[in-house]
Amino acid sequence: MAAARDVMADRAVLLEMYRRMVRIRQFELAATNLFKRGQLKGTVHTYVGMEASGVGVCMALRRDDLIAGTHRSHGHNIAKGADVKRMMAELLGKETGYCKGRGGSMHIAAFETGSLGALAVVASGIPLAVGAALAFQMRGEDRVAVPFTGDAGSNTGNWHEGLNMAATWNLPVVFVLENNQYGVSTRIDDVTKVHDLSLRAAGYGIPGVRVDGFDVLAVYEAAVAAVARARAGEGPTLLVTESYRIDGHYAGEPEVYRDKAEVAEYRAKDPITRFRSRLESDGDFTAAELDLIDVEIGAQIEDALAFARAGSEPDPSTALDYIYA
Amino acid sequence: MTAPLRDAVSLGGNAPVMSPDTIRQVPDGVPARMLSYQEAIREALREEMRRDPAVFLMGEDIAKHGGAFGVTRTLFDEFGAERVRNTPISENTIVGAATGAALVGMRPVAEIMFVDFSGLAMDQIATQAAKIRFMTGGQCSVPWVLRMPQGGGAGKSTAAQHSQSLEVWFAHIPGLKVVLPSTPYDAKGLMKAAIRDDNPVVFLEQKLLYSFKGLVPEAEYVLPLSRCGVKRYGTDVTVVASGYMVWHAMLAAEILAPEGISVEVVDVCTVAPLDEETIGASARKTGRVVAVAEACRQYGPANEWAMVAMERAWNELKAPVVRVAGRNSPVPFANSIENGAWPGTDDVVGAIRSAMAGRRPGA
Repeated sequence: MAAARDVMADRAVLLEMYRRMVRIRQFELAATNLFKRGQLKGTVHTYVGMEASGVGVCMALRRDDLIAGTHRSHGHNIAKGADVKRMMAELLGKETGYCKGRGGSMHIAAFETGSLGALAVVASGIPLAVGAALAFQMRGEDRVAVPFTGDAGSNTGNWHEGLNMAATWNLPVVFVLENNQYGVSTRIDDVTKVHDLSLRAAGYGIPGVRVDGFDVLAVYEAAVAAVARARAGEGPTLLVTESYRIDGHYAGEPEVYRDKAEVAEYRAKDPITRFRSRLESDGDFTAAELDLIDVEIGAQIEDALAFARAGSEPDPSTALDYIYA
Repeated sequence: MTAPLRDAVSLGGNAPVMSPDTIRQVPDGVPARMLSYQEAIREALREEMRRDPAVFLMGEDIAKHGGAFGVTRTLFDEFGAERVRNTPISENTIVGAATGAALVGMRPVAEIMFVDFSGLAMDQIATQAAKIRFMTGGQCSVPWVLRMPQGGGAGKSTAAQHSQSLEVWFAHIPGLKVVLPSTPYDAKGLMKAAIRDDNPVVFLEQKLLYSFKGLVPEAEYVLPLSRCGVKRYGTDVTVVASGYMVWHAMLAAEILAPEGISVEVVDVCTVAPLDEETIGASARKTGRVVAVAEACRQYGPANEWAMVAMERAWNELKAPVVRVAGRNSPVPFANSIENGAWPGTDDVVGAIRSAMAGRRPGA
């Protein structure tokens, strides 16, 4: 793992960051299209605009480190290296999906790439990550567990109990709080007195770090430091990525609670456009080679759609499978 | 018997004193000693912790203090603070952390001090641990045990928030296994099975039975989960019961034997998944069924057992199935109204007489 200060010199890392961010964006646009055309059942919570947060964090992790996801975890899975074909198949409820069609959009989890599951009750993944980290510590492993939550998750009992327990036991956890400003329709500032959420770390005696969630390099740098700290046995960190939910809470939501101007303002901060500019200006990348990546990712998403459509839904005779081990 | 009869226990209320020899699970000649229900659970924990380094305990006040009821006492001395781990009062995270540890290969045994406090952890129990294997298409499993003392008893005055019998809260959730042992022998064998099982197992311990003693073999044994145990064989009427109610059923059987009424007692020692086959087979044999549970009558476990008996033995039933259950009430403090919150031996005797007469109770 390259030290953060050297990252601009590491073409491979930069390219992989860019690929994963673009892959998330294109996956989410494809999922939204499927949903709008009625081909995707249930609900879809997209990660559009938040790509820098998940990718910056997951690029700081090893494959055997674990993440715990949420209802909005397409991005986390792709950032951690999941296969978009099996993810897309899961969105369509196919046996070829990661969860064999039992989970769908809200529960996509690729255990082979280091997932503890995607749990759709806000902040319920926090205790799981704490427990996995406890296991790592007890067994003397230098792995790290990273639960993602949104801003609203930091008002739950799960979150506060989890931070306290992990801090008390000095567990290797990086609590990533993606402040996308809204819990469904409710602005975090309307339901929380402390507006700098990283200050909450002080209540548990751990470092709280706040970074620009539109800047993948800033997120990466902060994550590398927090992960190194956890891996060294120095305990958990709260990492707040200041972000924004460009789409509604779910695809197709009317969004009556916020101004279009506000959304437009954040849309202009697009983390992918920003990173691309940085790569072109400081990183010795040409627009042509980045365009080529965009095209390659586009082809991957088309392949994923074809793979997903070709799969079958689970056979009704298997309805009772996987309830018990 | 390889040990003298002693440590007879009063079931309280209207029940006579009964002896541990009432339920005989260890054949003559098998080396055994008397252990209390609590000691039997502790012995299972100790043996499994020695056998498998992935097994560890976590809960409130379980380390030096040994837990609210002393079940884990002395384990701290042998295994230390890492594996007999005191936690903050954070029930949801105790369970959720057990799930996380289990997902990466540990076998945690978590404790919630009273089952009444499990409401704080219900998201992690019912909505996370029970479902994560299913909703990930079998990518993972959650091999934990959640120990929770439950139940109350006449004269204990533990009131409404430390006395509930809540097995149906968990038994209703597919993905969970629920154990409620009635004897030291079952408690040990089922605890060992629960720890080795790859599913989340809710292990309910009947508080009134903690001090109750019975024979436990010297040699190691593991009992199967997901089975009912037949504690007494009979031909005229089947009493289906679990936990403490098994003892009322056994007493009722002894009281009625001199009248020539032969009672079979089926112990639902694993509440979920339910061993419908054993209940059905017994119901078909006797043709009369009494279902007895200490939990509240409304939507309670006795209702499930009665329904299973009807579904599986309708053509053989000679009388309406009779239900005996706890009062639909929070558990009160004062003895005058605490008495009667749970069924007693007399209630079971009366229900058996009703079944024998082919009528509903009170009819």
